[in-house]
Amino acid sequence: MDFDLSLVWAAIIAFGVMMYVVMDGFDLGIGILFPFVKSEGERDVMMNTVAPVWDGNETWLVLGGAGLFGAFPLAYSVVLSALYLPLIFMLLGLIFRGVAFEFRFKAKAEKRHIWDKAFIGGSLTATFFQGVALGAYVDGFKVVDRVFVGGSLDWFTPFSLFCGLALIAAYALLGCTWLIMKTQGRLQRQMHDIARPLVFVVLGVTGIVSIWTPLAHSAIAERWFSMPNIFWLMPVPLLVLAATLALLRAIARNANYSPFLLTLTLIFLGYGGLGISLWPNIIPPSVSIWDAAAPPQSQSFMLVGALLIIPLILIYTAWSYYVFRGKVTEEDGYH
Amino acid sequence: MFGLEALDLARIQFAFTISFHIIFPAITIGLASYLAVLEGLWLKTHEEVYRDLYHFWSKIFAVNFGMGVVSGLVMAYQFGTNWSAFSDFAGAVTGPLLTYEVLTAFFLEAGFLGVMLFGWNRVGPGLHFFSTLMVAVGTLISTFWILASNSWMHTPQGFEIIDGRVIPVDWFAVVFNPSFPYRLAHMSVAAFLATAFFVGASAAWHLLRGRDNPAIRKMLSMAMWMALLVAPIQAVIGDFHGLNTLQYQPAKIAAIEGHWENHGDEPTPLILFGWPDMDAEETRFKIEIPALGSLILTHSLDKQVPALKEFAKEDRPNSTIVFWTFRIMVGLGMLMIVTGLWGLWLRMRGRLFQSRPFLHLAVWMGPSGVIAILAGWYTTEIGRQPWVVYGLMRTADASSGHSFAQMSLTLVLFVVVYFALFGAGVSYVMRLVRKGPVTHEGKEEGAGGPGQKRTPARPLSAADEGFEEGHGDQLGERN
Repeated sequence: MDFDLSLVWAAIIAFGVMMYVVMDGFDLGIGILFPFVKSEGERDVMMNTVAPVWDGNETWLVLGGAGLFGAFPLAYSVVLSALYLPLIFMLLGLIFRGVAFEFRFKAKAEKRHIWDKAFIGGSLTATFFQGVALGAYVDGFKVVDRVFVGGSLDWFTPFSLFCGLALIAAYALLGCTWLIMKTQGRLQRQMHDIARPLVFVVLGVTGIVSIWTPLAHSAIAERWFSMPNIFWLMPVPLLVLAATLALLRAIARNANYSPFLLTLTLIFLGYGGLGISLWPNIIPPSVSIWDAAAPPQSQSFMLVGALLIIPLILIYTAWSYYVFRGKVTEEDGYH
Repeated sequence: MFGLEALDLARIQFAFTISFHIIFPAITIGLASYLAVLEGLWLKTHEEVYRDLYHFWSKIFAVNFGMGVVSGLVMAYQFGTNWSAFSDFAGAVTGPLLTYEVLTAFFLEAGFLGVMLFGWNRVGPGLHFFSTLMVAVGTLISTFWILASNSWMHTPQGFEIIDGRVIPVDWFAVVFNPSFPYRLAHMSVAAFLATAFFVGASAAWHLLRGRDNPAIRKMLSMAMWMALLVAPIQAVIGDFHGLNTLQYQPAKIAAIEGHWENHGDEPTPLILFGWPDMDAEETRFKIEIPALGSLILTHSLDKQVPALKEFAKEDRPNSTIVFWTFRIMVGLGMLMIVTGLWGLWLRMRGRLFQSRPFLHLAVWMGPSGVIAILAGWYTTEIGRQPWVVYGLMRTADASSGHSFAQMSLTLVLFVVVYFALFGAGVSYVMRLVRKGPVTHEGKEEGAGGPGQKRTPARPLSAADEGFEEGHGDQLGERN
């Protein structure tokens, strides 16, 4: 068939997951940064910067899950059952912070700290296990006859645990630069101060992951370092370095918008690098998107709805971010 | 422990998470339509009670919608995490249907929900009403897709099996499978009834405490019209649904009836009460009415209803459970009809809002719709066992095969987290209900909007009530 439905669906799901990573990334990051900000008023501001959008952000995760189920049932069944515990922990963390988010605003002042802790704990748990799941995904799964045959703790490796920590750093940086963009005064200065050390932490963990991955997986090393790939792919690490330098400079000159945009660039590059490493596998190390695909009848049936509705969702999302543009201050009420 | 295996824990976990989840969408479906009716009546009559009620219930709707979204997040992943063999086997059919459900819900939240909840003073009345209507229609479309998927698991068709996996051949046949129309009607009407009794109980609670205003009266009145007119219709739909089940899943009917064997040409009796014993293959302590089973299920006095012993032991659903869940559902349904009739009788005598025994009953009937929905779902889902996709795949072959230890750990976590968080959510809804509709509520200028102090945008921020009693002022200051 000329029209490669599996490719289209892989692109849609990759796009959905990326939307999720980018958008829930900064609001998870705000939960991670919460312990560094003690004032209740400033915590209110932090939450208010994401309040109008956070639940829409999470919906991309639901769409990613359902889309994977319909378009690549094999990947859905193998990957999700192999990552059973980290995913359940992640979901529980997300539920926790979602509910904490809402009820913090509705709780009495003296009880608010309970919901604060739930928000911090939920954000950290969700992020850490998302990173763990990602690391375990890169490590790959043992599959025999379309069934995951590994152990229930296969995901529990030094590499995946490190990825969990790395993602906490990355989301913290996203959250930090988001707050630089959306706030002013003391809170913004505080974020400026945290941003620089955070960039170095993120650069460090990215470096370690980038070296660790090809060392542990010869196929990924082959992908990056063989001829002529190395020339084509060299721009990726170079761009990472360039973006990092620009980010440090932007922070140094107290810029408002560019730190966040440059952090987004870094996340895109990391996500792209991951795609390059794994392509075309949807169940690493060996099941490709075409092997795992649902029959074309299923993929085309779903595509009709997706092509109708996803653009509308995007327009609406863009509009709601536009409406809530600008700085959030303590005088702003809760959203 | 308790003779449970990992598979049982997997089933309990799914049952637990989806039971929690279903409560929120059911009330969402009912309230969305109720709100559309209220707004329509407001636009038509310009009676203030309708506008006040709209504003009161839209807050509860919003919180409830938010809870549904959060609890739904888990559902989108559970098929893969817990039922991976099923997902691989049937994902080509159920996955796309689930995707459509998610897309619809997503679309709703993205578009019309915001206008509906926050746009009362920002868009014209026509556009606002249109948004409310779209949300109401949208919840029903969402119901449509998820029930298509569920019904297909009961009465699969429109597919072929290639390499041990289901391949859809005819989507129309897949979606409009034999049990789908009945299930869709039964569930949608159940959602309306559950909401009506919830609304009615809220009104009765206030009336019993001496809080009486036209909005509260209107709530009770509308709820009791629903009970009077719709509860009997639901009984008829249920009867048709039962006949459909008899045709496609006779073992389920035999289990529901606790009916073990037919004797000669005798018509099948109806066992009112008893205790089906799966090991002894009989229903103990039974009270039965001769021939009534045949009359209800075959609408004749000579045809027999299939009996459990006609099915191999390993193909029988657990009769002990479904026998009772079914009777709980039907019993509550009958109570609903009685409530509706009593309400009519009192209304004709002008005592609907005064009769304390009746108001007490209405309060007690508040959760009846939700309990009936859960009991009905247990009946149909446990009655489908031992199959996950009827006749095609057994539940025992569908699971991911996680260890007992893993399943126990996650089950405990789910139970603790759900009770804590959704418990908080439900008690917040109850707090909103206790506050009651306020006269002229809808007249106030809505706070917020671009350039305003408060700009609510999420479902849960539509309700600005404090979390606990007695600190509304304090919160008002903060906002």
